[in-house]
This record gives sequence, C-alpha cells and structure tokens, in this order.
Amino acid sequence: MYDAVNTEQSVQQTDTKISARNVQVYYGDTHAIKDVDVDIAGNTVTAFIGPSGCGKSTFLRCLNRMNDTIDICRVEGLIELDGEDIYDPKVDPVQLRAKVGMVFQKPNPFPKSIYDNIAYGPRIHGMARSKADLDEIVERALRRGAIWDEVKDRLDAPGTGLSGGQQQRLCIARAVATEPEVLLMDEPCSALDPIATAQVEELIDELRQNYSVVIVTHSMQQAARVSQKTAFFHLGNLVEFGDTSQIFTNPEDPRTESYITGRIG
Amino acid sequence: MTDATSTPGPMDAPAVKGSLHVQDARTRKRNAAEARFKFYGLSAVAIGLVFLVVLLTAIIGNGVGAFQQSFIAAQVYLDPARLDKAGDRNIEDIKKVSTFGYTPLIQQAVFDKVTELGIDTPFDDAKDMKALISASAAAIVRDEVIANPDLIGQTVEFRLLAASRVDGYLKGRVSRDSVARDKNIDAEHLDLVDALRDEGIIAKGFNASFITGADASESRPEQAGLGVSILGSFFMMLVVLGLSLPVGVAASIYLEEFASKNRLTDIIEVNISNLAAVPSIVFGILGLAVFIQFMHLPQSAPLVGGLVLTLMTLPTIIISTRASLKAVPPSIRDAALGVGASKMQSVFHHVLPLAMPGILTGTIIGLAQALGETAPLLLIGMVGYIATNYPEGLAGGFIDPNSAMPAQIYEWAKRADPAYYERAWGGIIILLVFLMTMNIIAILLRRRFERRW
Repeated sequence: MYDAVNTEQSVQQTDTKISARNVQVYYGDTHAIKDVDVDIAGNTVTAFIGPSGCGKSTFLRCLNRMNDTIDICRVEGLIELDGEDIYDPKVDPVQLRAKVGMVFQKPNPFPKSIYDNIAYGPRIHGMARSKADLDEIVERALRRGAIWDEVKDRLDAPGTGLSGGQQQRLCIARAVATEPEVLLMDEPCSALDPIATAQVEELIDELRQNYSVVIVTHSMQQAARVSQKTAFFHLGNLVEFGDTSQIFTNPEDPRTESYITGRIG
Repeated sequence: MTDATSTPGPMDAPAVKGSLHVQDARTRKRNAAEARFKFYGLSAVAIGLVFLVVLLTAIIGNGVGAFQQSFIAAQVYLDPARLDKAGDRNIEDIKKVSTFGYTPLIQQAVFDKVTELGIDTPFDDAKDMKALISASAAAIVRDEVIANPDLIGQTVEFRLLAASRVDGYLKGRVSRDSVARDKNIDAEHLDLVDALRDEGIIAKGFNASFITGADASESRPEQAGLGVSILGSFFMMLVVLGLSLPVGVAASIYLEEFASKNRLTDIIEVNISNLAAVPSIVFGILGLAVFIQFMHLPQSAPLVGGLVLTLMTLPTIIISTRASLKAVPPSIRDAALGVGASKMQSVFHHVLPLAMPGILTGTIIGLAQALGETAPLLLIGMVGYIATNYPEGLAGGFIDPNSAMPAQIYEWAKRADPAYYERAWGGIIILLVFLMTMNIIAILLRRRFERRW
C-alpha cells in the first residue's frame, strides 16, 4: 500500500507550493510555534499530526493569515506562496485567502440556502458574469464536494438543515467554489461519524488532483490513509517531516515513534 | 442477600444501601429545600402579579373616565343678525365675530330646550345656563360656522361640550356636598342637570378629542386632549430613532468587530456601561447647557427633546447591539473570512443580519424607555408649556414648541382641578398602550427572526 503511495508521489511531487522558513508564532508571551521549516508540495495531501496543543492548527492558520484576526497573535519568519512572502505588508490577506481556502473543524455553513452558501465566495470575488455562470460554478463546486446528487433538488433549502457530514462536504464545496490553489483543512472530520468521515476522506483524495491540500488531524489512521506527506508537531516544534510511509513505518525521531505507537499524546 | 453481603468471597455483592421506597434523611432534606425554594419563587411571582393587577386596576379605574365626556344636545339658531350683520356671508366679516357673539346663542338654545321640556327650574334667564356649558363650546360652534358659513340663519343640532363640573357630576366626581363651596355651579344647577339627563339631553359619549385634541387652559379641563403632545412624542421618537440607531449600531460594530482590544477601548467600554446608569435628569441638564444655551436651539422643541433622549438611548442601543453581535458564533466570521471575504463583508453580509433581531429589540426597548422619560424634558422646557396648537408642517413638528406624552401627564397631574387628575390617568392609559404596542412589536420581531444557526 505504501509502495503505491510512493510511486504516486514521485510522479506528482513536482514543485513547492508553500515554503515556510524559521516560522515563530507568539500568543502574547507564549511561544506557540518554534522554528518551523516546511515545504508543502503542489497536488499533494500533507497531514499535520501531533498531540493536542502542539501548534499544528496554529501553524495551519498562519498559512492563510487567519491568525490576523487574533489580536495577541504575532507571526515571525518567512512563509512563501509560489515564492511570494504572504506576510509582506503589500499583501492583502483577503486576496491571499481567495487563493488559500479553508475548511474548519466544525461544519459552519452560513444560515442561508445551499445555493447561496456556495455562491457567496464567487459573488464577492466577481467570478460570475451572469446567473448562468454562477449556476454552473455552484454545480461544479457541489459536484467536486461530492454532495451534488444529494442536494441538487433542494438548492433553496437552508444549508444548516443538512446532516453533519453533508454540512462539512458543503463547506468543502464552498471552499473549492472560489478556485483556491491550496486548501487548508482543520480537523475536518472530528465532528463526523465514520461513514461521513470515509466520504470526506475519499473527497480529499480526489481534491488532490487539483489542489494542494493541508490537513490537520488527530487521527493517525486518517493521516496514513489520505496523505502523502506527514509533519509531526510536538510542543510547538516540528519534530519530523517526511513521506507518510516513512513517518509511519520508520520514524527517525524517537518522539515520533512514541506518538504513533501511542506512548505520548 | 444478607448472606452474600456478610460472607466475603467470589460471589460478594455490593452492600445494599437501604430500600429505594424509603427516602433517607439526606434526600428528604434536599427535597424539602427544593420545595421551599419553589414556594419562594412562586410567592415572588404571585406578589409581582398582585402588584400588576393593583396597578392596572388603579390606572384603568381612574383613567377610563377621561375617554368619556358629557355633551348637551341642543338646536342652536345661528342668528344672522349677530353672526353676519352685513348679510353678505363675507368670511372675513364672519371671522371678526368672536366667541362672545356665539355664547348667548348657545345659552339661549339650551334655555329653550329647558323651557320646551317644561322642566321646573328657578332659572328664568338664558345667562343662567352658563354654568352648564363649557366655555369651549362657543369656540367649537364658531369653528363649525367659519368652516361652513351657509349654516348661518339655520337652526343646527350641536353636541355642546358640557362644563367640567357637570361632567364631574355625571361621573360621580362632583357631589352635592362638594358644590356647596363651589362658585362655578350650585345645587339648583345640579337639579337641572338631573332633569336634563333623565330627558336624554345631557349624555356621556366617547371623547375622541381626548386622544386627538390639544391641551387646554387650567379652567377648561373638559377640552384638554393629548393629541398635540402625542405628536410631540412622535417627532421626538423620529429624532431618537434617526440618530441613535445608526450612531449606536455603527459604534457597536466598530467597537466589537474592528477596534483592537487595548486600554483605550476598555475605558470606552466601561464608560458606555456607566452612561447607561446615569440618571436621566443629568442628560436633561446637559441638553439645556449644550443644545439650548450654547447652540441656541429653540426651547421646548421636540428636536432638542429628541437630541437629549438620543444621548440617553445610545448606551442602551450600544450595549444591546454589542451583546447581539457577540452572540453570533465566531465560526460564521471564520467561514466568511475563509472564503476570502473582507472584514467588512463578513460583518455586513453575515454577522449583522444574524444580529439584527437583537439589535431591533434593543432599539425598540430603548425607544420605549425614551418615550416614557419625563425628567430630562423638565429641564429643556417641554413641561409647563401649554400645547394648544398643532405644529405646522413637518419642520414645525420638530421646531415648534410642544410637549410630550409623559410631560403632559405630569403637567395635568399637578393642576388643581380634579378633572385634570382623571385626565392624567387617562393619559397614562394612552402612554401604556403605546409602550405595550412597541414591546409587542419587539417580541414579534424576535420571534420572526429567530436564530437560525
């Protein structure tokens, strides 16, 4: 199984989409992320694993500057998207977030219709010239979110009326509707049952064709199933980063080994 | 069972702690405490309800009389010799005839009625009817004639406003004992009133002019109405709504969503909460100093009243708006930011619509508070002004001197004539109806836009 993953990687791991160098994050006086260097490749699923509070979500939120909304949070170091510093003063975080979409831990559809949930992003970015354009974008996004067949007859129904798994796939569809280049997912399956989780995982694997996906997860099985690259965070440090197969079968660092064998975390 | 508990071994069962059918002392004590607390709570609710019932009974019992007024039905001969001496129906000439020209005609009409019905009375002169008829009746007839000069020369049926003492006698406020020292009316007149009432000439009817009419002078309570001060309150509320809603909502959105949390915003926040607790009379004196003495805005004007009440309402609106903005889950903001909305887009497209019912409820409650506020109006001259004229036009509504509902009620309550006391209670009923309507609207809005996440 891991061999198969490896072959795929060698083919697709072409360029570096996001590169982080020497990243430090402070919450007030707390040093939450220390010296993190990561290269996230295009068309790859990268998983961040680690015990609770290790900083993996914090680091994820640095990648589309969602941490800007937290007053006391301070980010240092260099994070580049396609070779451009995303913390450059010239960068408008809104523009960045259109390129780097995000799916959150808890499904959070807008309390609007399913259609409006998807159409909101394209609308504010002026992606559709006509109603027909917009309809097409919505359908494409819902198809990519693997939820089209379930909701195509009730696009006017409220998004909050869907089941948890459907809501999360709706949120993924909403995130891909704006055609991002990178998709960040913060524990997208933690609120879902096993069946919905399987659906979302399948979806993540499909999304890899078009996007670079970064997923934070608590479930090591999930990381092993969906990702090609895995980063292990511990106490704000990036302990180990490498191919998923290597991390799970032959970790270099003893802390990684302890974590994946269940001794810490 | 007892065997098992006493003999240790592999079959050992946990000790049985007594029967479930018998309450132990601890449970009994706990249940008793709970029952006591329920009783206290129930008593508190009951006491509140009793007060409410007493209050409502008192208000309605005392005030309902103001909605009825006694009228004398009489056929008035509009004598052209008195009202239009030239005989050419020139409206300017007709207007020159003051109410003094009409009074004798009205008195004559009532006297004729008394004679016609053959009522036994010591009075033999039409002038003796003066005590029965309101001084305002002549003015009402005159207005009618000026509006329609063709009536002159005809005998027209009028419902003449009865004097306040007559009205009080029919409502039981004035008794034969109390008129003994009253110069306005005497026992013989009351006999006449009794006779006229039996004939159906003097009767009580619904008093629409109490709701639509203007205030009257101290000696004519029968004519006083709340209408002009309702308009005053209405224009004040327009000012309050127009200023405090946008300013309050903008301030809260900025403070809640955009401002960074630092010492300065903390100070602002504490001060807003403090402002909400400042006695309203302080706002009144501030308004007097700033709006009238410094800015020279007109005294007694609803515009100034509205400005003062805006100051008072702002903290309420800001606090309730911030609370409802806070109640919108952060996940909605994240969702909007996550698809690339700007901060402002996330606020205006998602957060504000969700917070709207709370904001509207807070605003309506704030307005209701402002509507019932009297103290600040004392200081800017909206109390004591006798609001006898309707404001002229829209601008006049804001700038012409006027009173407000609670101020008018206060004004009536301090006048000497007991007839005004009844009107004060009646005014309270109208004010309460307005407040209740506003609160019901607030509740309906809340229901209508129930939280949907």
